Amino acid sequence: MTQHNDQQAQRKAAMAVLAQAEAGEIAARLRNFALPDHQDLRTPENGLVMLRGRAGGDGAPFNLGEATVSRAAVRLASGEVGFGYTLGRDGEKARLIALCDALVQSRDFGGAVERDVIAPLREQLMTRRTQAAAETAATKVDFYTMVRGEG
Amino acid sequence: MTTIAELPPGFADKVLSAQSTFRSVMDAMARPGSVQRIVPGAGTPDTMMRGTAAIALTLFDHDTPLWLDSRMAESPDLVKWLKFHTGAPVMQDSSIASFALIGDGAALPPLERFALGTSEYPDRSTTVILQVESLEAGRPFELRGPGIDGATTLQASIKPFDLFERLHLNEALFPRGIDVVLVADDAVVAIPRTTRVVSKGS
Repeated sequence: MTQHNDQQAQRKAAMAVLAQAEAGEIAARLRNFALPDHQDLRTPENGLVMLRGRAGGDGAPFNLGEATVSRAAVRLASGEVGFGYTLGRDGEKARLIALCDALVQSRDFGGAVERDVIAPLREQLMTRRTQAAAETAATKVDFYTMVRGEG
Repeated sequence: MTTIAELPPGFADKVLSAQSTFRSVMDAMARPGSVQRIVPGAGTPDTMMRGTAAIALTLFDHDTPLWLDSRMAESPDLVKWLKFHTGAPVMQDSSIASFALIGDGAALPPLERFALGTSEYPDRSTTVILQVESLEAGRPFELRGPGIDGATTLQASIKPFDLFERLHLNEALFPRGIDVVLVADDAVVAIPRTTRVVSKGS
């Protein structure tokens, strides 16, 4: 059961990185890979998901609007099934994410994918984020109130 | 317990395959008794035939309640495949189903148990998809009705043997009634509610 949970957490972490990455970057990293045989269980398709919003921390939930989402499912010859969901209409990206998700679960490829595909992408993502945070931080203004007083 | 890993895939090319399958079914409905072929291939779970699988992927979605006979329902692979690819809800109550999938014709329940539609909405009836042994050889049936120029002969080996006797209920119910789609591997024949069996040899 713990092993199952570990894998869940690992897939979740991988998905968090892949969903943010560019399709081209994932494809470029997978190109150096001897990919096992795989087939599309569910070919990429587009759909809508309803986004729910909430005003403030305790407001009543409401439907904010719909967002386009692409999804796909891929199965490796060894049986692992991977799912990919991503915002937008890039079906190929959803397929690549599904393929990575399947590979992450595979015993033979899990380590290699984590090392060669997901870790570098995660690093890129982190760099982008810290850079954005740093740029924002540089414009920070500290306001303070001087003590007013007659004395 | 089978895992999702054993699921057969859906259509390789969703849009074109679904369009082509829809065309075959539509032609079959327009020309009752004529044998139409379903070209696109999809994975077939367990006892499901190629034609049935293609029809399921084309016509079923989350708005079409399904009823499965015991042959179909007893296969967890098949139920999972339907759930994964079509999302159609499987009903226990056949009288509210849009489609009924029949794997074992000999155990076809009385047709009155399916939805017969209402006079206001005759289209809200169950379409029965029946897997049969052959649509090329077997007993000849002579069919008449709209879409048939005069009469046409269908050679088929169908279970239940009295299917066309049972379909006589369509005569009394019209415009309500049951539409039947017969599937044998990739061959499809439709028997819409307006078609009458005039005579049959043996």
